[in-house]
Amino acid sequence: MIAWIRGGDLIDPVNRTVEPRDVIVEKGKISRILPAGVFQEAGPRIQRIEAPGRWVVPGLVDMHVHLREPGHEYKETIASGARAAAAGGYAAIACMPNTDPPNDCRAVTEFILDQAKRAGSVRVYPIAAISKGQAGETLTDFGDLKAAGAVGVSDDGFPVTNSELMRRALEYASFYGLRVISHCEDRSLSGNGVMHEGTVSTRIGLAGIPDASEDIMVYREIALARLTGRPVHIAHVSTAASVDLIRRAKEQGIRVTAETAPHYFTLDHYRVEGYDTLAKVNPPLRSEQDVEAIKNGLREGVIDAIATDHAPHSTLEKDLEFDRAAFGMIGLQTALPLTLRLVRDRVLNLAEAIGKLSWAAASILGIPGGRLVEGGDADLAIIDPNCEYPFEAGRILSKSKNSPFIGQTMKGMAELTMVGGKVVWKRP
Amino acid sequence: MTKFGHKDLLGMGLLSVEEINLILDTAESLKAISARDIKKVPTLRGKSVVNFFYEPSTRTRTSFEVAAKQLSADTLSLSAGASSMVKGETLLDTARNLQAMRPDLIVLRHPSSGAPHMLAREVEAGIINAGDGINEHPTQALLDLYTIKEKIGRIDGVKVVIIGDISHSRVARSNIIGLTKMGADVTVSGPPTMMPIGVESMGVRVVLNPAEAIRGKDVVMLLRIQLERQSKLLFPSMREYASFFGLTTEILNAANDGAIVMHPGPLNRGVEIAPEVADGPYSVILDQVANGVAVRMAILYLLIGGAKGDSVDQGR
Repeated sequence: MIAWIRGGDLIDPVNRTVEPRDVIVEKGKISRILPAGVFQEAGPRIQRIEAPGRWVVPGLVDMHVHLREPGHEYKETIASGARAAAAGGYAAIACMPNTDPPNDCRAVTEFILDQAKRAGSVRVYPIAAISKGQAGETLTDFGDLKAAGAVGVSDDGFPVTNSELMRRALEYASFYGLRVISHCEDRSLSGNGVMHEGTVSTRIGLAGIPDASEDIMVYREIALARLTGRPVHIAHVSTAASVDLIRRAKEQGIRVTAETAPHYFTLDHYRVEGYDTLAKVNPPLRSEQDVEAIKNGLREGVIDAIATDHAPHSTLEKDLEFDRAAFGMIGLQTALPLTLRLVRDRVLNLAEAIGKLSWAAASILGIPGGRLVEGGDADLAIIDPNCEYPFEAGRILSKSKNSPFIGQTMKGMAELTMVGGKVVWKRP
Repeated sequence: MTKFGHKDLLGMGLLSVEEINLILDTAESLKAISARDIKKVPTLRGKSVVNFFYEPSTRTRTSFEVAAKQLSADTLSLSAGASSMVKGETLLDTARNLQAMRPDLIVLRHPSSGAPHMLAREVEAGIINAGDGINEHPTQALLDLYTIKEKIGRIDGVKVVIIGDISHSRVARSNIIGLTKMGADVTVSGPPTMMPIGVESMGVRVVLNPAEAIRGKDVVMLLRIQLERQSKLLFPSMREYASFFGLTTEILNAANDGAIVMHPGPLNRGVEIAPEVADGPYSVILDQVANGVAVRMAILYLLIGGAKGDSVDQGR
């Protein structure tokens, strides 16, 4: 079989081009990329996929998701998370280690990869724990984890407080080419906070998480990256000061990369008014000024990637008093339309936006994908840019429905997602 | 004629000036009941009020109970220890079960900010917020407004200083919202560790030193210092708090002539308030308690007395 994706506009995030191209897929690979009208074959072996008015983009790559398996399968499984990812235009996702048991050893990494294989959907790349049990004390077996298939290490959700441990993790991980991803939070400063500390928390009487609780740790990671000369990746940047710190570090040639999540450039702390637990997330939704700074950071390239921090929680964790509810929101099916808003608002051009959703993560993690090239894997998405629809709970393929965007109108959606030449999502 | 169209009383932020005046005027007309020999009117006969207290409370719970009984409502008291919460039931489930028994009102005291708001969305019964976390305590603010009006004669233009842990006080938050809404001039005072970020955006002035903040004020409102917060680095010791932030007759002299001292209780004598101040002539602390019953009667009456949206005058 040969798939002929005909008449679409191909987006290349590396050359930053949007050009009419036909894409030919054979045996799971992209065999040819041709200007429109050149390829003319027909016959039973040719499966034509019509894409006029559509964008053909590299399958999106999400470097930060929580798939909850093993341990919390009632919230999400690798299969359900992968389905949601495929529907969001993703061809690859990297899952964080805070499962139960945590992904701190080869057995769990292999289990995740086995489950992903069984799911037969998007590619799943495990990120292993930095410390055993994510307890912040002893390094995990980086070499063994790498050999088993881990692509990075992080104690996401349980920030590393011990600075020497973080230093050694940066040094040791570089030997294996594993990227260290840091959840930057000084927990002693966050205390019992449940939302951004600012005028809204003061007014509605919720304990605040100051922006400094993120900034302090961002600076520590930058200082350690400078000290060791090793790269570090900052997860879910949410504050204006973090953006400034990362900008300055990059100017000094320090090897730091960063991601933010769509909610940090779309929502601010006013969304918490009314005590809606769907808006409870960590780091918290920040001030209007922070939201602007995040957009600027994306525009200027200070923030390299857009990741979802997809964090499924069931009603058991969310239908509670605000301070008792869990932090986190799902995001796999809304990241693309929310990022496209940035294109409409002229924060990013189209190729940049797609690049932040694909190429950036692939290059930071050192995994394939993120770009469509002849001879490369046929990991791609066909996007209908004009499709407008209400985002309703019924559309959510994730097991958990904890999205603060339910009820909003979205524009743009993946019409088809292909992984290794296999169609893993087709808009019904 | 002002109407009171609310199902719930969740916070001062949701009340208009007219509605606050309506509550205060209604309280005024109901206050006489407490002074009668037979302290009971049949107004709320056949109505049921559940006092649902997830946190210990003597004053507020008793006040609601007395208010409901004087209006002839049936009352039922639940506390966290006696409810299914200790068996792991969620707040929503407990509330839905209560709802199935069709009470008219649920008076909720809860340690989580926003808990009454969540309940109000889920149950048909009206919800009165009797204190939610560090957010609001609207009936306290209303009885404080009533007391200020009673003692000073007006609220508009009155100069008020609130002293204590502003960050963690629902009494402070409700009073700041209510007082500024009613035209009072509000200053907040206390240790910087207890001053919430951006509190000026709520329309108040910050003067950290109480001795300075009290100058020229008509009302000195104290907040209870919560002893349990001492471990959380907010202040080093009771002794130090009492010496630098406690209200003594000496610093009270800077207030205006005829100034009143208020405190929501329970008092920490010798910490935030010197005993001679608590018992002094300017103290209206016990008037606050007495007025609390009248104000709560007014709220119960306005929420469930007569048909929804009835004006008070018709109800009289």
